[in-house]
Amino acid sequence: MKAEDTAQKWTAAINEVTIGATSAQGGTRARTVTIGGARSIPWLAYEGDVGRRPAIAVEIWDSGAESWPEQLRNAYGEVIGDPVAWARRATELGPDLLCLKLMGTHPDMGDRSADQAADTVKAVLSAMDLPLIVWGCGVYEKDNVVLPKCCEAAKGENCLFGAIEEKNYRTLVASCLADGHKLIADSPLDINIAKQLNILAHDVGFPLEDIVIFPQTSAVGYGSEYVYSILERGRLAGLGGDPLLQQPVVATVGLEAWRAKEAQAPAEALPGFGPAEERGPLWETITGTNSLQAGVDLLIMRHPKAISNVREALDRLCATAAPSVSSA
Amino acid sequence: MFVIGERLNGMFKNVRKAIEESDKTVIQELARSQVEAGAYSLDLNVGPAKVDPVKAMLWLIDTVREVTDVPLTIDSPKWDVQKEVIPQSGDQPIINSSKADPEELDKYVGLAVENNASLVALTLDQQGVPADVERRVELGAQIGAMAMEGGLPMDRLFIDPIILPVNVAPKEPENVLGALQQLKLLSDPPPHLILGLSNVSQNCAQRPLINRTYLVMAMTAGLDAAIADPLDTDLMNAAITTELLQEKAIYCDSFLDAHRMRG
Repeated sequence: MKAEDTAQKWTAAINEVTIGATSAQGGTRARTVTIGGARSIPWLAYEGDVGRRPAIAVEIWDSGAESWPEQLRNAYGEVIGDPVAWARRATELGPDLLCLKLMGTHPDMGDRSADQAADTVKAVLSAMDLPLIVWGCGVYEKDNVVLPKCCEAAKGENCLFGAIEEKNYRTLVASCLADGHKLIADSPLDINIAKQLNILAHDVGFPLEDIVIFPQTSAVGYGSEYVYSILERGRLAGLGGDPLLQQPVVATVGLEAWRAKEAQAPAEALPGFGPAEERGPLWETITGTNSLQAGVDLLIMRHPKAISNVREALDRLCATAAPSVSSA
Repeated sequence: MFVIGERLNGMFKNVRKAIEESDKTVIQELARSQVEAGAYSLDLNVGPAKVDPVKAMLWLIDTVREVTDVPLTIDSPKWDVQKEVIPQSGDQPIINSSKADPEELDKYVGLAVENNASLVALTLDQQGVPADVERRVELGAQIGAMAMEGGLPMDRLFIDPIILPVNVAPKEPENVLGALQQLKLLSDPPPHLILGLSNVSQNCAQRPLINRTYLVMAMTAGLDAAIADPLDTDLMNAAITTELLQEKAIYCDSFLDAHRMRG
């Protein structure tokens, strides 16, 4: 008896978004990274192309990372006080790209100026040749001053800039349009707002094909099931033909995993939870592999051990997937 | 919701005049505006013209083809016209329409299969339009069975349980809803269910209000296609909103614009 074919047919695909520009493309990167392209729900290769191999970005900060948990600080040592040295160290971990978070521009965390931030962006771009994500501190008034300068400083490099929100999108959209960058659209665990924000950006002229959505991330144990359900709804709608939900997804895996007490608490604070130096990287690893199950296309990560663990998982998952990295 | 634009019909004076005078401007403007307003297909009906109906239909097709490539719905009760025109009406045309009498339906199913066309079939036979739910369902089942036998896939069959004007046939709107509910259970996947929507308000006051109220009622009962006026924005908005409430789309504040971006 022939088994019934239960494969679901999807009519549409997740967009492919390319980050970075080589010299031939007007930038100075050694390679570009392309994410997205799925034509099936995550990893169901028999229903359709699973798309590009998800990419891993290492997160570095312009300043202020001294506040990170001890296990993370130990993993990088003194370089966390120097974004250029840190960028070089991070590239040694073999990631696909870097994510420069401008936490030092936060009014309560150093209040670095727009010019200082732009200089850091330039310096990091000079120090290494991977594609770059630049993410503001999240305070609207400050981001709206800082990020346009950074966009300008990185003109030609086709960076991915974060993040626009429903209540604050016009300035960064205009800058990314002017200077040729891709955009992260941040929606607070709400698929309706994810869709609305995309239409708002589209209405002011930004191509839907150049957006990566950030419907938020959650660490294992802190609502990851709910995040999964949000990502799933979005992905099903996108594959079903909704152009406002066909954007690839980014997850802040490191940030969320290391918020969890299970990741960061020292051994004496959580007796019975096992050695702290293993717990944190494992928490981040599982948060990362969970994200992959939900269809995340770009993972922003912190701990070297977690990065290598997730890369191994990807090697196994992506034996047949198209590579995300394309060399010059 | 498949909306088949109804405006290119010789029953409208301006269209009839344009056909008689071979005036492309009026036709092409109506084609363009209906597609822009969200029509999935355009119904072409040369009306009771004195001219050669095949020639008039082919002219209409060529004229519309110059401005859009949406599937065309060839609206004629005449077999000779359909047989001649369908092979010349572009990709995936829709034949509108066949009655449910077996001899006639058999020919039409064959024509649809041969030409990769879809077929609108009316739950109507020599005895006329049914005045109840049961006869509509019976004829609908007959249509479904003959289509399957003839090799026409269900996603290319549109069953029309026929709506009559509410002012002359007050029981029929409710009967059609009952028929829709049963016809959608006919097969899995089900055939498309279609109505010539504007007929419900023929010669009535407040036509747009009656049309869009009935469209929502019929969609709730299983209707997924209508020959209707896409230029009636309130009607189209009601259809989009109904689909949103049926969870066929994810909500966002700009859900009307979002739907229209799907093309």
